[in-house]
Amino acid sequence: MTDTILETRGLTKHYGGVHALSDASFTLRRGEHVAIMGDNGAGKSTFVRQITGVERPTRGQIIFDGVEHTFESPIEAREAGIETVFQNLALADDLDVPSNLFLGREKFRFRLGPFSILDKKAMREASLQALVKTGVKIPNLMNTIRNMSGGQRQCVAIARTAAFKSKLVIMDEPTAALGVQETAQVENIIRTLKEAGEPLILISHNMRQVFDLVDRVVVFRRGRIVANLRKQETSGEDVVSYITGAKTGSEFEGAA
Amino acid sequence: MVQTQHGIGGLSYDPAKRSRPPELNVFLALVLITVAFELIGRLFLGDSFLFNTRDNVDAIFNWQRLNIIILQVSIIGIIALGVTQVIISGGIDLSSGSIVGATAMVAMSFAQTAMVNGNPNPKAIFGDWAMDLPVLVPVLVGLGCGLAAGMVNGALVAFTRIPPFIATLGMMVFARGFSRWWSNGNPVSFPTEGYAAIGKGMMPVLIFVLLAVLFHLILTQTKYGKHCYAVGSNEQASRMSGIKVANHKVLVYTIAGMLAALAAIVLSSKNLTAQAGMGVMYELDAIAMAVIGGVSLQGGRGSILGTVLGALIFGVIISGFTFLQLDAYYQEMVKGVIIVGAVVLDQWRQGRSRG
Repeated sequence: MTDTILETRGLTKHYGGVHALSDASFTLRRGEHVAIMGDNGAGKSTFVRQITGVERPTRGQIIFDGVEHTFESPIEAREAGIETVFQNLALADDLDVPSNLFLGREKFRFRLGPFSILDKKAMREASLQALVKTGVKIPNLMNTIRNMSGGQRQCVAIARTAAFKSKLVIMDEPTAALGVQETAQVENIIRTLKEAGEPLILISHNMRQVFDLVDRVVVFRRGRIVANLRKQETSGEDVVSYITGAKTGSEFEGAA
Repeated sequence: MVQTQHGIGGLSYDPAKRSRPPELNVFLALVLITVAFELIGRLFLGDSFLFNTRDNVDAIFNWQRLNIIILQVSIIGIIALGVTQVIISGGIDLSSGSIVGATAMVAMSFAQTAMVNGNPNPKAIFGDWAMDLPVLVPVLVGLGCGLAAGMVNGALVAFTRIPPFIATLGMMVFARGFSRWWSNGNPVSFPTEGYAAIGKGMMPVLIFVLLAVLFHLILTQTKYGKHCYAVGSNEQASRMSGIKVANHKVLVYTIAGMLAALAAIVLSSKNLTAQAGMGVMYELDAIAMAVIGGVSLQGGRGSILGTVLGALIFGVIISGFTFLQLDAYYQEMVKGVIIVGAVVLDQWRQGRSRG
C-alpha cells in the first residue's frame, strides 16, 4: 500500500481548440486535505471532472489507490472509491435521507431484477451510522429533502460520501450557497473527516475557509497548476498573487 | 468523536414543516363530497345518496349505488395505476385510451366463438383457426399489444429527445388509427364464455383492487418503485447516482401500456364486444384520477393509494350527478374544473413547502 491515494500525470483536456487543462500533475497523500483554488475558468472544475469520470481526459494518467484508471462514467469513479459532493447537490428532493444516501446502490432483502425488495431497515441503520460518522445531525431521517434547509441538504450530500467506504472525497464549493452558521456546520464535518483520516480535495473560493481546513493549497491558472503551497509556508496574499498571476510559478517546477 | 457544535444552523426540527400525508387530504375531500351529495339529496330530493331508503331491501347502505360507483371507475382505474407510475417518474402518457381501443379489437379477434345461436359468427375476423381458442390466447395477445405499444412509448421517450407529451400523442393517434384499420371500423363481437367471464359482474372491481394492492407494494417496497420517485424528482441526480434512467423509463411506459391493455381486455369482455372507438378520452380520465389523488404532474410525488382515492372521488361525482338527475354535460364541465383545481392545489402546496 502506497502512501499516495491519488496521482495524476500530465492530465490534459482540450475542448476543441480550447486548452482547458494542460499537463496537470498532482499528488494527494492518504489522510491529506488539499484545497484547489483559482479564478473562474482556471481549470479547477475541468480537473475535477476528469478525475471523477464526468469527462474523459485528452491525455494523461490517473492513478488512484495504486492502480491506473480510465473512468468511463461518474459511477465507475464512485465504485473505485472517489465520492464527489457536486455543487448542484445531486439529491432527489422528494425522497427521504436514507433513500438519497443509497440512491442507485440500494440494499435488498430479496433480489428480483428491477422488482428487488428494498431492505429499508438496513438502509435506515446504515444512514444513521453515516450521519454519526460525519457528525451530521438531521432531526428526522424520514423527512424528505424538500423540507430541509440548504445546510441540511449539503450535510446529507456529504454524509452520502461517508455511507460507503469512500477512499477520497471531493467537494466542489460545498459552502457557496450557505449562510454563516450552515457554513460552520459543513466545515465541522470536514474537520471530522480530517480526524478520521479521510483524504479530501476541496474546491473553494473562500480564503479563510481554505486556511482553516486544509494542509496544502494547489493553485490553477489558465489551465495549469501554477503553485503547490504548504499552508505553513504561505499566506493569503501569496495565494492571491498566484491566482491573479502577479506571481508566477517559476520556483515551482515539478514539485507536485 | 470530537465534540462539535452541530446543533446550530438550520438543524432544528420544525414539525410544522413536515406535511401530513397528501392522501389524507384526498380522503377528506372524498368524504366531504360524499357528505355534500348526501345533504343535497336529503334537502332537495328527500332521498339518501348513501343509505338504503327502500323498505323492501334489508340493508343499511344503498349497496347498488356503491357498487356502481366502484364498478364504473375500476376499468379506467386500472389504466390510472399505470398512468400514476408514469407521472411519478416525471412523464405523461396520452396514449392509454387509444391502446385500450387497439388492444380490445385485437384481443377480441382471438376470443370469438365459431357459432352464434347455431349460425357462423357474423363478426368473424379470422378463419376457423382463431375460433374458440382457450381464454389465455386473447389475454396474452392483448397484453402483447400493450407491451409493444408501451415499449415504443418508452423507447421514444428514453432514447430520443422527444418530450413524453409528443411521443405518447403520436402513439395515441397511431393506435386509434390502427384500431379503425383492424376491421375497417366494424365492431368485433361474440366472445367465448371464458373470455366473457373476465369482466363479468364485479370482476373488474376485483381485478382493479388486486392490481392496486400489487402496485402499491411495488411502488413502496421495490427498487423499481424507489427509482420512479427518484427519476421524477431529479433525473440528473438519478443518472449521476448510477440509476439506468433510460431502462427505467422503458419499463415504466411498458407497464403502463400493459395495464391499459388489461383494462381493454376487461372492458371488451364486460361489453361482449370491441369497437374502434373504445377508450376515447380514457387517458384524460386516468390522468385526472391520478392528479385528483395527489400525484404531482411535475413528478416525484404521489401514490397508488392516492390514485385509488382519486378514482373513488371520480366515481362519487359521476354517481352523484346521476343521483341529482343532472345532465351528463354538467359532469364533463365539473370534471374539467376539478382537474384544474387539483393541479392548482398541487402547485400551491409545492410553493408553500419550498418557501
